[in-house]
Amino acid sequence: MSQTPSDLKYARSHEWVKPLADGTVEIGISDHAQSALGDLVFVEVPAAGRTLAKGEACAVVESVKAASDVYSPLSGTVTESNAELANAPELINQDPYGAGWMLRMKPADSAELDALLSAADYEAAVQADGA
Amino acid sequence: MGRRTPLFELHTRLGARIVDFGGWDMPVHYGSQIEEHHAVRRKAGVFDVSHMCVVDLTGETVRPFLGQLVANDVGKLRTPGRALYSCLLNEAGGVLDDLIIYYLREDFFRVVVNAGTRDKDLAWIRPRAAARGVQVAERTDLAMLAVQGPAARGIVETLLPGDARARAAVMRLAPFSGCAIGGWFVARTGYTGEDGFEIMLPAAEAEATWVALNEHGVRSCGLGARDTLRLEAGMNLYGNDMDESTHPLESGLAWTVAFEPAERDFVGRAALETAREQGVGRRLVGLLLEDRGVLRSHQRVVVAGLGDGEVTSGTFSPTMQKSIALARVPAGAADRVQVDVRGKLLDARIVRPPFVRQGKILVS
Repeated sequence: MSQTPSDLKYARSHEWVKPLADGTVEIGISDHAQSALGDLVFVEVPAAGRTLAKGEACAVVESVKAASDVYSPLSGTVTESNAELANAPELINQDPYGAGWMLRMKPADSAELDALLSAADYEAAVQADGA
Repeated sequence: MGRRTPLFELHTRLGARIVDFGGWDMPVHYGSQIEEHHAVRRKAGVFDVSHMCVVDLTGETVRPFLGQLVANDVGKLRTPGRALYSCLLNEAGGVLDDLIIYYLREDFFRVVVNAGTRDKDLAWIRPRAAARGVQVAERTDLAMLAVQGPAARGIVETLLPGDARARAAVMRLAPFSGCAIGGWFVARTGYTGEDGFEIMLPAAEAEATWVALNEHGVRSCGLGARDTLRLEAGMNLYGNDMDESTHPLESGLAWTVAFEPAERDFVGRAALETAREQGVGRRLVGLLLEDRGVLRSHQRVVVAGLGDGEVTSGTFSPTMQKSIALARVPAGAADRVQVDVRGKLLDARIVRPPFVRQGKILVS
């Protein structure tokens, strides 16, 4: 069973968002998503300074079998991306909510953050997909 | 729900992720495709390939029948147990399937065809066999396990049925040959580039054999690892690297077409001779990606001065830690290409497959 920490917010497209103390947010993909993708072998993350619209394809995760887009769950400006992933994409498989984080962003609109799914709602959505 | 092999329940208990594969519910991996891949390169792994179709052809005229049916020459099969890899062609020279033919007796040959082409192949073979007085029997009573890796043969040896003498005969099998032992048929063949056996055995014995292999340290492996292993080994996959719209000469399979003896009139021969005379305009090559990224089938390949081609199979090679591919490109002198990977042109080099065999990287 995949894990869905209750202190994070989630997008329907399987990204998680963690608000940080300095007003920025950390973004990655859910445990469910990494499990469905399988072993990751290549990750491309956006450069710092890039402006993203909510729903924009902003990163690529490639498993042995397929490439998948990661969509920005919020609008905002990228402040940092996880450089470790270039050499160790498996960090996303091993620790999707920790060492496998993908980017940090300064959100443009706090209302978008509030509109994301809770852990319980995200789990329900995943289960509905599987049904 | 798709078709299921005799091992389906076991796969589920072992935690396999099940996917649809040509209408079959098959394990793609049991947790980590990459770990399964490494297990086969370094030690041993077992694959359920029972979805492949075993067809027994019997009758006095089976050898001349096969001589006409397939592009490689069964006349090369002189010792019982020997196997031959061949394409099954249509009249236009297009590849209907690729298959392995085992010569068992003068009136008994066994053919193994792909799962996804099973119905098409049987529809092609049955009327032609009937016309030649050859009987066709689909062996749905058999399961098939591929046990592959440097330690595979030694482990299988301890699990073989039969007496010491029969077991010794199995261990003496030359590559690409097989023999019957205690209701099993064991062949020294595979699709991974490693040594090992493919075992056809009664469906009822498959589960216990798999569990015993696991207990002897053979890792359960899904079709995901089978695909990355075969691509590293430079082996074609039917439906990706060749199909009815391509012929063997542009699919890296010229070595499987026997134009000699000249009087053997196999299906597709005339079309291939015409293609050969006119010059084959495309060839299947190996690609090694020099930039970071992953090559995938259907990506466009740009060959400067010659035109565009297409990736037919691409993946990330767990052994080489680089992306590799097979691609069909315009014939001509070229050693560097660019591949359109998600909108970016990345640099790749043309190399001669195989990329990896017997645990060793062969291209750099």
